[in-house]
Amino acid sequence: MRSVSGAEGGGGAMAVNYSAKEEADGHPSGGVGVPGGGAGGGGAGGAVKTRKPDNTAFKQQRLPAWQPILTAGTVLPAFFIIGLIFIPIGIGIFVTSNNIREYEIDYTGTEPSSPCNKCLNVSWDSTPPCTCTINFTLEHSFESNVFMYYGLSNFYQNHRRYVKSRDDSQLNGDNSSLLNPSKECEPYRTNEDKPIAPCGAIANSMFNDTLELYRIDNDTRTPITLIKKGIAWWTDKNVKFRNPTGDGNNLTALFQGTTKPVNWPKPVYMLDSEPDNNGFINEDFIVWMRTAALPTFRKLYRLIERKNNLQPTLQAGNYSLEIAYNYPVHSFDGRKRMILSTISWMGGKNPFLGIAYITVGSICFFLGVVLLIIHHKYGNRNTSADIPN
Amino acid sequence: MASVERMQELLIIDTPTSPVTSGLPLLFVITVTAIKQGYEDWLRHKADNAINQYPVHFIQHGKLVRKQSRKLRVGDIVMVKEDETFPCDLIFLSSSRGDGTCFVTTTSLDGESSHKTYYAVQDTKAFHNEQEIDALHATIECEQPQPDLYKFVGRINVYHDRNEPTARSMNVFLIVYLCILISKALINTVLKYVWQSEPFRDEPWYNQKTEPERKRNLFLRAFTDFLAFMVLFNYIIPVSMYVTVEMQKFLGSYFLTWDEEMFDEDTGLGPLVNTSDLNEELGQIEYVFTDKTGTLTENNMEFIECCIEGHVYVPHVICNGQILHDCTGIDMIDSSPGGSGKEREELFFRALCLCHTVQVKDDDSVDGLRKSQLSKRSCIYISSSPDEVALVEGIQRLGYTYLRLKDNFMEILNRENNIEKFELLEVLSFDSVRRRMSVIVKSSTGDIFLFCKGADSSIFPRVKEGKIEQVRSRVERNAVEGLRTLCVAYKKLTAEEYSNVQKLLQNAKLALQDRDKKLAEVYEKIERDFILLGATAVEDRLQEKAADTIEALQKAGIKVWVLTGDKMETAAATCYACKLFRRNTQILELTTKKIEEQSLHDVLFDLSKTVLRHNGSLTRDTFSGLSTDMQDYGLIIDGAALSLIMKPRQDGSSGNYRELFLEICRNCSAVLCCRMAPLQKAQIVKLIKLSKEHPITLAIGDGANDVSMILEAHVGIGIIGKEGRQAARNSDYAIPKFKHLKKMLLVHGHFYYVRISELVQYFFYKTLYDTAYLTLYNISFTSLPILFYGLMEQHVSADTLKREPSLYRDVAKNALLRWRAFIYWTFLGVFDAAVFFFGAYLLLDNTVVTSNGQVFGNWTFGTVVFTVLVFTVTLKLALDTHYWTWINHFVIWGSLVFYIIFSLLWGGIIWPFLNYQRMYYVFMQMLSSGPAWLGIILLITVSLLPDVLKKVLCRELWPTATERIQTRALLHHCLESREKLGSLAKYLRQQHEWGAECIEALSGAHLRIHTSCLSEKPKIQEQRLQQFPSKKV
Repeated sequence: MRSVSGAEGGGGAMAVNYSAKEEADGHPSGGVGVPGGGAGGGGAGGAVKTRKPDNTAFKQQRLPAWQPILTAGTVLPAFFIIGLIFIPIGIGIFVTSNNIREYEIDYTGTEPSSPCNKCLNVSWDSTPPCTCTINFTLEHSFESNVFMYYGLSNFYQNHRRYVKSRDDSQLNGDNSSLLNPSKECEPYRTNEDKPIAPCGAIANSMFNDTLELYRIDNDTRTPITLIKKGIAWWTDKNVKFRNPTGDGNNLTALFQGTTKPVNWPKPVYMLDSEPDNNGFINEDFIVWMRTAALPTFRKLYRLIERKNNLQPTLQAGNYSLEIAYNYPVHSFDGRKRMILSTISWMGGKNPFLGIAYITVGSICFFLGVVLLIIHHKYGNRNTSADIPN
Repeated sequence: MASVERMQELLIIDTPTSPVTSGLPLLFVITVTAIKQGYEDWLRHKADNAINQYPVHFIQHGKLVRKQSRKLRVGDIVMVKEDETFPCDLIFLSSSRGDGTCFVTTTSLDGESSHKTYYAVQDTKAFHNEQEIDALHATIECEQPQPDLYKFVGRINVYHDRNEPTARSMNVFLIVYLCILISKALINTVLKYVWQSEPFRDEPWYNQKTEPERKRNLFLRAFTDFLAFMVLFNYIIPVSMYVTVEMQKFLGSYFLTWDEEMFDEDTGLGPLVNTSDLNEELGQIEYVFTDKTGTLTENNMEFIECCIEGHVYVPHVICNGQILHDCTGIDMIDSSPGGSGKEREELFFRALCLCHTVQVKDDDSVDGLRKSQLSKRSCIYISSSPDEVALVEGIQRLGYTYLRLKDNFMEILNRENNIEKFELLEVLSFDSVRRRMSVIVKSSTGDIFLFCKGADSSIFPRVKEGKIEQVRSRVERNAVEGLRTLCVAYKKLTAEEYSNVQKLLQNAKLALQDRDKKLAEVYEKIERDFILLGATAVEDRLQEKAADTIEALQKAGIKVWVLTGDKMETAAATCYACKLFRRNTQILELTTKKIEEQSLHDVLFDLSKTVLRHNGSLTRDTFSGLSTDMQDYGLIIDGAALSLIMKPRQDGSSGNYRELFLEICRNCSAVLCCRMAPLQKAQIVKLIKLSKEHPITLAIGDGANDVSMILEAHVGIGIIGKEGRQAARNSDYAIPKFKHLKKMLLVHGHFYYVRISELVQYFFYKTLYDTAYLTLYNISFTSLPILFYGLMEQHVSADTLKREPSLYRDVAKNALLRWRAFIYWTFLGVFDAAVFFFGAYLLLDNTVVTSNGQVFGNWTFGTVVFTVLVFTVTLKLALDTHYWTWINHFVIWGSLVFYIIFSLLWGGIIWPFLNYQRMYYVFMQMLSSGPAWLGIILLITVSLLPDVLKKVLCRELWPTATERIQTRALLHHCLESREKLGSLAKYLRQQHEWGAECIEALSGAHLRIHTSCLSEKPKIQEQRLQQFPSKKV
């Protein structure tokens, strides 16, 4: 019995008992609860100094701060201003976009009536190439410089496997990559034990139709000069893409030991006759290598420069488009187009942006009005209402 | 079609993100978390070490050995010296005192600082030296640890798993996202195969598969595709969120330790943060369980005043908080009483000196701290009641010193330094039913007095003479101020009367049956017809601003429970004092006494009927304390009653009482649990914690007796107080004073919670590109701003939060992380993603957007989307930030600038170590295009529009309390600045006048508050009041 009563006093947990006198053995935080306790005060005072947190604005979370609040008062003008800015911009864009001349011809040849229908099932290696001619009429003349595009549809240049399938260092003129292309290029990496230059699916599937434009004026066909330089990004042409380096400038020698992509009729060093547009720095090639984001895309093919100020670049009238039809798209339900377009400061025809700006501007304006009404109806109640205690 | 295209789009992104870019953040997360946790563990380890190495004296092979406490084993014999703490559960074998007794305080267990006498085991009492002890051979059988402290004590050091609700909801959200991720991957895999079903789609001539790819088994392929999608979409689960959250918590906890307002000047201690995982929990507390002694109060009884026949006497040591050394005996506030008064006064002091059971500890056996601090005389007092000690000490300060009890003679040193001797004839000891005690003494002149002191309620009815009204008013006044009052009365007995009394007592004491009852009857007979002398007031000083804190917590919708080991009356008085119970609170008692009268069942049902009937007609807002006219209920329950409730009944329907009890508790604004053993405290906390609503609980306490509940509650807070550091060490946070809880919960808790919830949701919201971008996106472009937002945000000022505790309710119950908010954010994310993608799609679809006619590729498309994304996400954060310090400005704008610089750099150079250069010049090319700029601006505007709209509309139509405060602060600010200008001149003039007044006030001993001062400078007036507390009159 007594042992129980004895134990009572020492109760508590094994681990919970040593607390009270900790201060006694020189614990740094000693002197608890002895304010001004004589001799110990000095030492404790020193300890206090060091432990006291700094009174800095940062540590006390009292940094000077700007405290904006989103209220109807501040947002309303913003809405109106956005509305007022966006609508004119939208109208401007819309008008500009509408002033752009654009003419598009689908020359896939799926319809039996189309002149290109005969070439529909063309394959890569058909020689001589299947050619077809499509006549068209421009109702309006194209005043400024005209850009000639080819467009493909249902072509997934953004496919993961496809996008990766290239070797940038090979294209940048790296000699070791030239002979040993990246694995990403598989299955277009080697052919017959020779490395492919340029390797990969993108290069392999390069667009190889040839488009020529003739103006038909009283049965005379005058060819229109198509400029093939300046269609690729300057940086691509001059920095990112480079031919391999070595002795001399003979591309044939530099590409020694490599083989052409499987689908190409000619090797890469025979893309063009001009040396600054041949090999990897051929602009058609570079344009193709910049893969499109969407399955329907267009790529710049040629430029038509305005000759003089007296005549428009392309007068209204009859034209014919001569196509060397090499590129098969029928197998994947693709379409091929040729697009002629003028360009403004904002690029080609794009009604979306203008419409979107007008819409968003109007919505903002409308919301501004709605908010104004709401603010008038409820706002007063709000500010005067008492905060619950 | 759109979805197919989208999939295709995403497929490009994939390049199934290289292991490095996916693994790096994970590694980062793990490392950061590990470092943080490791650091905290190390701190704990250090603290543990301090305990484990605490020296203990063992007796080993007949010698005294000093060892570290961790080497203590069951069966060891330990020597504990005076004022040492017991290192473990002990059985008292022998003491240095001849009679085998020792005085033990159980402060660290139940908070009672009174001394209790314990007797050594009879058989070992005689052992005095080490050899004798060593020869002892014994086995001890004892009970298993038990919850009731007063019977036996169990081990309480059990750790429980904590479950953080923010983490919980965060994890729930993560699971939802995981489900979305899996289903998304599944759907996409299925769509992929549907789309690929036509061979020209799967493998057009321009894009053929490699040989091994072609040969692969269909199911294997499908599975790898599925995995590829998982990897691709894994960014929906933001890995870096964990890092950011951890960092935010870790760094955020420093703000707590840095807070100057939480620093206690007296002790030189600031708050300690033992774990930073729970910061946000501080903002969600619904129940606060607090210890009383040492937590609400300072555990330091102080004699405040006495009132003799309406004249108030204040001992000189504490004279309005100032130490007035020049005052001699007492500070007479009223005019000196006349002749008869003088006599009464003398009697009163003698009564106080005599009517107690205080023991005197001789000087030679003591050299503790207490002596030097508290009494300048050469003795210290020990009693089972700290009140008595306080009284005796107080009287000592008033000039009468109780010296000792020797051979039944009580010796008093009176004001003239003469020793008076009184023979102690009888002690009618204290019990809680009578609530009074009496002594019968015989003075040296032969007069026999009966002195009685007790609670006013038990004294007044027995008084026949004296200035009852004055005393009563004083007593009531003191009670309102939270002082513990006792009334003192006497009666003079003639020798004849005394012998009668003696006979009665003798009879009662000798009775074999119903002795207690008979004794009580006799006491009743004896203690009547008193002459009232006066009253005393003792203060167990409430901690500074404890009442203020409790009130604020209650306003914040937090229910405060007081769990204490103290007596019910004492505890209740404290509760009144600290405004836990208010005047109009209806007290419901659920105590042993009541249960004895009625069955537990009836009591419970009665109570629940009372509470529920009332509450039926009210909204749940009753607890809020919003309106004072509403009926509050306060429940008082004691340990015994609680164990009855908790005890499983034979028929197994124990849940019944528990439920009922919970129901009652939930409807009470305040609950007081007294006579609680430590484990019972934990039990209560557990009961609430596991109740239906799963509220977040917080326990705060200072002593080892609170450790169990501190560990049990979600958040445990220790007060670094007098009763050692056990509580502080076992807690999640330690603060020096109870009042700091207010700032901790209302300000820090609120901030932490708002910050973390915003942070988590923001992370879920921002979810998309080129592998390097992808990695950097989550880690650097968008993490830093939210991290700092997470550290800096103060949507309302700290002062406001303290002033308006009701704001706490805005965040309580995990409000900011609820499903609605979660869905809103997810919706916003999806909307924005749609805007980004389709906006860019329509912008760039089959058209040319450069002025030189050249075309953009897929990387430009991606960059446009990504730029819009980064800007939107960052600006969204900017919209959510209400507190713009220079750091916020720096980080938010900095991250945008960093994004631009990074993009320029990343695209500006042919990086030699990379084998692809797809981003080369893409960004610059994009910037050269007008429509791209316009498009980006448009898309950012569109994505932010719904959020702005929602914010403004909600604020206009359904403002929360927080928002109202913000608006009001704004208005106030405007008005203020306008006013300031106008009254600047006036203000300066006043300043001058006021300064002069202040000097006057400072130099004068008395404080007079000038009315002009009051109205013009409220803040400074407050300060002055603190410096010169006004006198109590």
